[in-house]
Amino acid sequence: MKVVLADYGAGNLRSVCSAFARAGEQPVVTTDPAEVAAAPLVVVAGVGHLARAAAGLVPLADVLRERVGAGRPVFGICVGLQLLFGQSEEGGEGLGLLAGRVRKLDAGTVPHMGWNELECARPSRILDGLDGADVYFAHSYAVQPDDDDLVVARVDHAGAVVAAVEDGALAGVQFHPERSGAAGARLLDNVLQWSRSV
Amino acid sequence: MVKKRLIPCLDVAGGRVVKGVHFESLRDVGDPVELAQRYSDVGADEIVFLDIEATVEGRGPTLGLVERAAERLTIPFTVGGGISGLEDARSLLRAGADKVAVNRAAFDDPALLTGLAAEFGSQAVVCAIDARGGRVVTHGGRTERDADAVDWAREAVARGAGELLVTSIDADGTRTGYDLELTAAVADSVGAPVIASGGAGEARHLAEAFAVGADAALVASIVHERPERVQELKAELEEAGWNVRI
Repeated sequence: MKVVLADYGAGNLRSVCSAFARAGEQPVVTTDPAEVAAAPLVVVAGVGHLARAAAGLVPLADVLRERVGAGRPVFGICVGLQLLFGQSEEGGEGLGLLAGRVRKLDAGTVPHMGWNELECARPSRILDGLDGADVYFAHSYAVQPDDDDLVVARVDHAGAVVAAVEDGALAGVQFHPERSGAAGARLLDNVLQWSRSV
Repeated sequence: MVKKRLIPCLDVAGGRVVKGVHFESLRDVGDPVELAQRYSDVGADEIVFLDIEATVEGRGPTLGLVERAAERLTIPFTVGGGISGLEDARSLLRAGADKVAVNRAAFDDPALLTGLAAEFGSQAVVCAIDARGGRVVTHGGRTERDADAVDWAREAVARGAGELLVTSIDADGTRTGYDLELTAAVADSVGAPVIASGGAGEARHLAEAFAVGADAALVASIVHERPERVQELKAELEEAGWNVRI
């Protein structure tokens, strides 16, 4: 299956591409809206500043909104998850596809850096078999959906931090599956299955 | 709770590992990516590649190594050593490094940390600080700088560093334990994660560093002799009640 990674100039997508290739797919990085519209699965990945990423994503914003409106799968990773939401305390605004905010972590140690244990909030397709798994985080901001039911997993970092959300054909994770060993590979397998069935 | 991390450090030059790492059954014991993969297999939480000749040899081989590491590794990796400024750091991050560790260039021009954090996010920016007797040293300890290590640590984080790699030049290579005074003083002064470095000899030393506030511990020679030691160290730490990834 062709997996399209939306390229918004946020830097390197090599790791994420390789992780999808390991999962047996053919990842393609593109800035082309037509390709983003046509793909079976679109992934928005990235690190760094949300404002910068959001600015880069402008040319693809409409087509991503259309996909979500039509119930076609979009998956966000790290800042890519944050971009699915609206206003960020970091400055800038995401796509507003999910209601909620992006807030600075309120913890003694920021960034939240390292492996942390997923606590699943409810059964979900993307986290099937991953309750209690250790996955890798590296972030200073986190999403806070208005609707708590969208949260499928949290981790504890001086309080609950949203680790994953799933809402129909729209989902995302705050951690880095491409850097989370076997658990990350399982997550990507789940995401591929989810994308074929939604 | 985020887990305490164990991070093997590999010295590379010209894209090859230059200090002996004794993995049995490796086709190519000099390939950094293959070695890093083995460390990953035995439970390493991250890898640091330290380019010890970067300024001499140029970046070509290292960039190739970083690209391959980004493709193959399934744990995060940091690249450090000889990064002279924004362009150096940028090219390593663009090639796929999860983080860069900047040492002297950041001390000489702290705005470098701010620039990197603005472009890549502070989670990608590690400030490496070498200290002797609590004072900052650079150039592998050969040059003394007129600065208190804890003051510099505080400023580095304020400038945009998302993590600190704090090496005691006195303790480095001694295997008698990390410099706990230095580690504690830095960890108490900043709100960013701290990696203790220099002096690891046994699991107890890692535990001591964690106890005074380190989030992670860098290990080199003790795991190079016998890489399976990574697994044993983590098991011993877990046995002692530390929250580590098994």
